[in-house]
Amino acid sequence: MQRILYEISESFRIAFAQIRANKMRSVLTALGVIIGIVAVTLMGTAINGIDRGFQNSLAMLGDDVLYVQKWPWGPVEDWWNYQNRPIIRPEQADRLNQIIEDTPGSLLEVAAPVAGRGASVKAGANQINGVTVFGTTGNYARMMSADFKDGRLFNDAEAAGGRQVCVLGFDVAEALFPAVSPLDQTVLIRGQPFTVIGVLAKQGSFLGLFSFDSQVIMPLNAYRKYFGLSTNSAQLRVKVRDKNRMDEAKEELIGAMRRVRGQLPGERDNFSINQQQAFREQLEPVKSGIALAGLFITGLSLFVGAIGIMNITFVSVKERTKEIGTRKALGARRRTILLQFLIEAVSICLIGGAVGLSLTFGLCLLLQATMPSLPVVFSFNLVIVSMIVAVATGIVSGFAPAWGASRLDPVVALRYE
Amino acid sequence: MTPPPAPAVARTVRPPGPLVIEIEGVTKLYKMGSETIHALLGVALKIHRNEYLAIMGPSGSGKSTLMNMLGCLDTPTAGRYEFNGKHVAAMSDDELAEIRNKEIGFVFQTFNLLPRSTALANVELPLIYAGYAAHERRARAIEALENVGLGNRMHHKPNELSGGQRQRVAIARALVNRPSIILADEPTGNLDSRTGVEIMELFEQLYDQGNTMIVVTHEEDIARHARRIVRLRDGLIESDRPAGD
Repeated sequence: MQRILYEISESFRIAFAQIRANKMRSVLTALGVIIGIVAVTLMGTAINGIDRGFQNSLAMLGDDVLYVQKWPWGPVEDWWNYQNRPIIRPEQADRLNQIIEDTPGSLLEVAAPVAGRGASVKAGANQINGVTVFGTTGNYARMMSADFKDGRLFNDAEAAGGRQVCVLGFDVAEALFPAVSPLDQTVLIRGQPFTVIGVLAKQGSFLGLFSFDSQVIMPLNAYRKYFGLSTNSAQLRVKVRDKNRMDEAKEELIGAMRRVRGQLPGERDNFSINQQQAFREQLEPVKSGIALAGLFITGLSLFVGAIGIMNITFVSVKERTKEIGTRKALGARRRTILLQFLIEAVSICLIGGAVGLSLTFGLCLLLQATMPSLPVVFSFNLVIVSMIVAVATGIVSGFAPAWGASRLDPVVALRYE
Repeated sequence: MTPPPAPAVARTVRPPGPLVIEIEGVTKLYKMGSETIHALLGVALKIHRNEYLAIMGPSGSGKSTLMNMLGCLDTPTAGRYEFNGKHVAAMSDDELAEIRNKEIGFVFQTFNLLPRSTALANVELPLIYAGYAAHERRARAIEALENVGLGNRMHHKPNELSGGQRQRVAIARALVNRPSIILADEPTGNLDSRTGVEIMELFEQLYDQGNTMIVVTHEEDIARHARRIVRLRDGLIESDRPAGD
């Protein structure tokens, strides 16, 4: 036991002496590993970032909200079945709330109708296009995942009366009122004046598809007056009391909705219940596919680095054949020689790994500073994992040459010139 | 350059101690492509502690093969080899490494020092493989270097030392683990004759200190320092008698 420790420390001493003695060669070899580690760890930060963005996006949907819609989330084959479903009317939310109230011990808390479409919003000289305008009721406040930066949502009275008030998403507020507080200011939507009563905090974009910050929320009755109700966009959002019992809640909601929509027993549901979970199940394989493909491709560059290590270790063994013979004559066992060359390979990889990791860290800081929208997340786990990867690379690539060295016949090795 | 005359002084001959090496009927075959080369054809040899032995023979006589065998660098194809009563022929590579480390001190013609290590580190090497702690390694390496007269050159690297000094470092390295035998292969082959004489004087001194010396050489002048000369020819022992006869 004692002896193997001395052998290992001796091996590290030799390895560093060797690296110092062959600076150029070691730097070039390490460069291969550095590039590989930078590629893999950058990919790792990107995957971390994508994952975090994914989690954030899903959180925006709310993990305790069920969406009643005409269409399910995700692909359908017999689209005409869905197309022919009767639209979901906002009034159905009131009937649904009535049923929820009448059901003792209901798992559902409250429902709110939501209808929305794109529009332009103007304030003075400023105008922004492509804002999503939502109409909903006061109940919406109970299932919102966004926080308010300022102000509040309209109350039930304002909603019922169709008052021309609105809540601005963060980006909308920033763009229209860069200098002043938007509260109590007037914005023009479809040419109609609306008073700003609230501003939402920044939420970010949903999977990079659309921004939750580029929205305006107004009372549904005001929305209907100026936008009408398009055939597809109406939906009901239903908050569930206990998110650990989503499946039961969903069953209850299906029953309630069938009553609301007057469906006969045996008839197929003419609505879909969507939830965050369905999204997650659909996107999870996409996400892991991206991660796997990314790691595989960047792993190839690490593989090239590993080949460089293997090559240099073969050269090192060849050059020092006589030294190996001498060491064996002086009592080095196979294990000793194996360790010596393995540790040499691992040392180069460790140095390469440390340099690569620092480069990645620097690049991440740079990226975050210059392009904050890019999803890069540098984590401590990444440090551990990449160091393990570096050591494993050294062991895997150094093993064949080191094994060959340990098996050399001392007589042949001593005679080698 | 004329070789210096052999020392005229009366030399000590120490009485032989217990048996260290006993080989009997040792043969060694090498396969070179389709040909089989018989390097040793049944050699028998006994070496006792306190002997000073020279192994001589022209190239191709099997001298090197015998040396490799004695040094436990190689095992015989057939025959018996006992080292301090242990059967070497059947040993694994690692067991042989252990014997080489503890029982045999090698001195090579080309010194075989590690070029980037100091004299001290070179001498410490066998002690690392033997598992000694750092402070003990250091103390014993210093002692061995002082014994060969290099107490003041310990921190020099081989390229900062003369040929004779390099060979002294190698000898210190051979001695440091207090082996049963010192096995020297043409120890003066890469040295000028004056330095060669110095090294042979050092060998004499080591012999007097109680070491068992085996020198493999093809030079009569070197062999003359030994107390017993074994001559090989064509894979067989041609003669085995005290030096001077």
